[in-house]
Amino acid sequence: MIQVQNLRKVFGSKVAVDDVSFSVEKGQVLGFLGPNGAGKSTSMRMVTGYFRPTSGSIKVGGIDMLEDPELAKRSIGYLPENAPLYSDMTVASFLGFCAEIRGLRGAAKSKAIDRVLELCFLENVRNQSVDTLSKGYRHRTCFAQSIIHDPEVLILDEPTDGLDPNQKHEVRGLIKRMGETKAIIFSTHILEEVEAACSRAIIIDRGKIVADGTPDQLKKLVPGAHSLDEVFRSITRPDTVK
Amino acid sequence: MKSRDLENTLAIFKREFLSYFNSPVLYVIVVIYLLASMGFTFFFGRILDSDNASLTQPFFFWHPWIYIVLAPAVGMRMWSEEHRLGTFELLMTMPLSPWQAIIGKFIAAALVWFISIALTFPVVITICWLGNPDPGPIMTGYAASFLYALGCLAVTSAASAFTRSQVVCFIVSVALCLLLTLIGYPGIVDTVARTLPASLESIVRFVSYLSFLDHFYEMTKGIFVFRDVLYFLSVIVVALLVTHLGLRAKRA
Repeated sequence: MIQVQNLRKVFGSKVAVDDVSFSVEKGQVLGFLGPNGAGKSTSMRMVTGYFRPTSGSIKVGGIDMLEDPELAKRSIGYLPENAPLYSDMTVASFLGFCAEIRGLRGAAKSKAIDRVLELCFLENVRNQSVDTLSKGYRHRTCFAQSIIHDPEVLILDEPTDGLDPNQKHEVRGLIKRMGETKAIIFSTHILEEVEAACSRAIIIDRGKIVADGTPDQLKKLVPGAHSLDEVFRSITRPDTVK
Repeated sequence: MKSRDLENTLAIFKREFLSYFNSPVLYVIVVIYLLASMGFTFFFGRILDSDNASLTQPFFFWHPWIYIVLAPAVGMRMWSEEHRLGTFELLMTMPLSPWQAIIGKFIAAALVWFISIALTFPVVITICWLGNPDPGPIMTGYAASFLYALGCLAVTSAASAFTRSQVVCFIVSVALCLLLTLIGYPGIVDTVARTLPASLESIVRFVSYLSFLDHFYEMTKGIFVFRDVLYFLSVIVVALLVTHLGLRAKRA
């Protein structure tokens, strides 16, 4: 579903993403790991069509993101980092707006809204203003937006960031369930999440892919390592190191 | 234009238009606009003392100066707010083209001004009741007034595409609108033309011809020249093109 080849992004003199290639098929959940500033968000922003890559190609559902972005974006659901929302809308009207942009109208629109409200446990806050929501609800509202059109491809930038343990567990379960029928990429700092939800993981460090494989394969990468945590720390460098 | 383009533009327009009415800012601006336009008309324009059943001098004359401040106040949230909230990223990863969003937002702000300007209707009733005005200049005056507001809004749209701060956007837009107005202000143009050598006068006249004010006064006199309408339309098109460039730069 997602084919990314030789992706490269340069901001001024800084190379944010350097020659990254990967592909994700339907039924796969790909975990994106890496220290802060490694290029995870930048890569995701390119795959979703927000940033234009300096070079490289992106195909989503067989459609080239650079040639026909509007068509390619239709099959993608995206949860940006920090879960942005229009603060002056209610949860239901925000989801209604997103559904309309996704081409849903009338009965299909209200059905889609009801479906995601239920899926993301948002029924209680249906008519509440986004401004007054707690962080967990805000996050789930933005997550609901990303699945409102039941996309084939889901791209989630730190979907469990800022959630409490119960909510984290819930979101992981949701990702795993949806991963059976969709192609999903999600980024995270929490390594146990990778083991819980991913069928494959990529570790990025300073714009480059440094490891790629199933969670079990990654563990064997470093001799003597018992957890992904140890692997992660031995193959990526902290951002204080030059 | 495909129907999908239209639907997307409409969806953006609807959200944007309703969100204006969710914020107290709009109501404040509309009230200030009505108070200012009426205050100028009755106190400075001295409409009741002029013994002339015309709105051109006492009413429309002041509009440019009101729009310079109030149009940016309405439009400053257009893109700045999207940048600040981060919803810009959300919007640009949805299946719509930037143009659909730019036009949808612009039309929403334009409709807000259309309503505000329409709310000045009592002054028309007053003048019709007191005298027997020529309807031509009133109609072209209103058209000119609306186009002036749209010109200022388009400039604000362009400024807001570049910054996440509404304050910066407001100040820059007011400055730009003021500049575009003052380069056509008769007193300033004449002074500049007199101080510069005579050979440069045609350039000064040309620059003043590019100002909002020049075309505005022509229209309020009751002369509906296609040229002046075209001028304002081209200002809007250029400003929206700059908006597009600004948004593209943000996604670099």
